[in-house]
Amino acid sequence: MSLDLISYAAFFLTMALTYAVMCLGLNIQWGQTGLFNVGIAAFVAIGAYASAILTTPDAPDRLGGFDLPIAIGWLGGALAAGLAAWFVGALTIRLRADYLAIATFGVAVSVQLCVLNIQPLTGGAFGIGFIPRPFNSLAGDPLAFGLANLALMAGLVLGLYLALQHLAKSPWGRVLRAIREDEVAAQALGKRPVRFRLQAFTIGGAIMGLAGAAQGHFIGFIAPDNYLPILTFQVWAMLIVGGSGNNRGAIIGAILVWGIWALSAAAVSACVPPEQQARAAALQIVMIGVGLCLILLLRPRGLIGERRSLLSTRKSHKP
Amino acid sequence: MNPQFIMDGLVAGAMIGLGAIGVTLTYSILRFANFAHGEFLSWGAYLALAVSGALGFLATGLTRPIAPFSFGWSLPLALVIAIFLTGLLALVLDAVLFARLRSRGSAVIILVMASFGASLALRSLLEFLFTSKPAYYTKALQIAVRLGGGLRATPDQLLSLGVTVVVVVVIHLLLTRTEIGRSMRAVSENPALAGIAGIDVRRVIRFVWFIGAGLACIAGTMTGLLVQIRPYLGHDLLLPLFSAAILGGIGSVPGAMIAGLIVGLSEAGAVQLVGAEWRSAVSFVILVLVLLLRPRGLFGRPA
Repeated sequence: MSLDLISYAAFFLTMALTYAVMCLGLNIQWGQTGLFNVGIAAFVAIGAYASAILTTPDAPDRLGGFDLPIAIGWLGGALAAGLAAWFVGALTIRLRADYLAIATFGVAVSVQLCVLNIQPLTGGAFGIGFIPRPFNSLAGDPLAFGLANLALMAGLVLGLYLALQHLAKSPWGRVLRAIREDEVAAQALGKRPVRFRLQAFTIGGAIMGLAGAAQGHFIGFIAPDNYLPILTFQVWAMLIVGGSGNNRGAIIGAILVWGIWALSAAAVSACVPPEQQARAAALQIVMIGVGLCLILLLRPRGLIGERRSLLSTRKSHKP
Repeated sequence: MNPQFIMDGLVAGAMIGLGAIGVTLTYSILRFANFAHGEFLSWGAYLALAVSGALGFLATGLTRPIAPFSFGWSLPLALVIAIFLTGLLALVLDAVLFARLRSRGSAVIILVMASFGASLALRSLLEFLFTSKPAYYTKALQIAVRLGGGLRATPDQLLSLGVTVVVVVVIHLLLTRTEIGRSMRAVSENPALAGIAGIDVRRVIRFVWFIGAGLACIAGTMTGLLVQIRPYLGHDLLLPLFSAAILGGIGSVPGAMIAGLIVGLSEAGAVQLVGAEWRSAVSFVILVLVLLLRPRGLFGRPA
C-alpha cells in the first residue's frame, strides 16, 4: 500500500516537474524579459510532436517514426520549438508589445489545427502512441520505474535551474533586465533591445519544447487534447503564483499549482455527480482566471517574486 | 468555384467587422489588446438568449416568427436590452480590474495579461451557467432564397447584413460628427493633451467600453442566430477579430469593417479551396502577412 503511495507520489512529482520546465522557459520570456507569450501550449506541442516523430518506431500508417534515441528526441523537440519561437519573435518583437501576444495566440490556434489535420505526420485526433519511455527496462517494477523517471526529471530541472541562474547573473542576463527596466538607457549604452529580446524568446521557446518532449516520453502517448489553451493558463498561473523573475519561484509555483489542480480535480470527480462534472470543471477554470487577476491586483510580485530590481528601488524613492 | 462562398464570406465578414470595430476602438483609446473582447460576443449572445427566453415566457405571442424571419419580436427586443447589459458588463469589468491597474500606472502588458485572465474566467463562467451544449434562439428552419448569379441567402442572413450596414454608418457618424466622437479621437491621439484641453478622459473611456461591448453583443447575437450559441463562440472569433483590427489599422473604424469583410471572404474562399478544417488558420496567415508587409495596416497611422 505504502509502496503504491510512493510510486503515485513519484508520478505526481515527475508530472509537476515537467510543468516546472515549462515554467522556467516562460520565466526567461516573461519574468526576465517582459515578453508576453499566450501560446505556451503550442511550443510545448511542437516539442512533444517533434520528439515523438523522431523516436517512435516506424509505423505503416504514419510518416516519420525514425526510431532514434530519446536524447535525440529531446534535443529535436527543443530545436523545433526554438525555431518556431524565433520565427514568431522575429516577426513581432520589433513591433508593439502586444502584437507578440496576439501572434502567439495565433500560433496556438494554428499548431492545434496542424496537429489535428496533418494526419499522416501527427496521427490526427488519435495522437501518437508507443513513444519510447526512459528506463523502459524497469517497467515491470512500478516503484523503480517511477523513481528512476523522477530522478531523471529532477536532474533535468536542476540542470536547467543552474544554467538559467548562471545566465541570469551573466552579462547577458544583466542586459535583459536593463532592457526590461529602462529600454532607452540600455540603448544609450549600445545594447540592441530587439536582438536580446529575440534571443530570450527563442531560448524560452526551446525550453518549452524540451518540456513537451520530456512529458511526451514520460507518458508515452500524446494527443492534441493535451495542448489546449488551458495548458497555457496553467503554466501562467504557476509562474505568477511562484513569482515572475525568480527561477526558484517558477519551480515551486509549478509544483504548488499542479498540486492544487490535481487535488481539486480529484475532489471534483469524487464529490460531484457525473452529470455535473463538466460544470464543476468549468468552475475550476473560473477560479484560475479570477486568481490570476487577483494576484495581478493584490500581489503583483507573486509568492516569492524577484529580489528588488532597479525599478522598484527607484520607485520607492519617490514621495 | 461555387460563387456562394461570396455570400457566406460577406455574412461571416460582417460579424468579424462589427467585433473588430470594438477591438480597434478599445485598442486605440485604452492602448492595449483586450483578450476579453471575444467574451463580450459570447456574453452578448447568451444575455440575448436569456432575455428573449424570459420575454417569451412572459408573452408567448412575442416568440411567433415575424414573416420571412425565423425569430419573433422577443429577439430584437432582447437584443436591445442585451446591448445595455453587455455594456454594463464591460463597465463593471473596467471598474474592478482595468481602471485599478491603469491608475497604478501598470505596463501595457499587465493589462493584456489581466484581460487574458478575465477572458478565461468569463468564458468558463458561461460554460458553468449554460453548459457547453449549443443553444439556439429559435428552432424554426429557414429556406434560402435565390438572389441570382448563383447566390442564395436566408432572410436572416440578409437582415444581418442590413443591420451591419446601418450600425456601421451610425458608428461612423457618431465618431466623425458628434462631440463625444471628437473627444474620442482627441484621446486616442494624446490622452494627456486631451485632458488638459478639458476633455473628460474617464467619460470617453466609459463610452468606448460601452460602444465596443454593445457592438460585440450585436455581432455575438447575429452569430448565434446564424450559426449557434456556444460558450466558445467569442473565443473562436478572437483571432479573426485581432487580424481584422490590425489589417484595418488600429483606430480606424472603416478599416476594421473592410478588413473584417476581407478576413471573412478569405476564410470562405479557403473553405472552398483547401477544406473547412483549415478555416481558422486563415486569420493567422493574414496576421503574419500584415505584420511582415505593412504592420500599421491598411488605414493605420505609422506607429
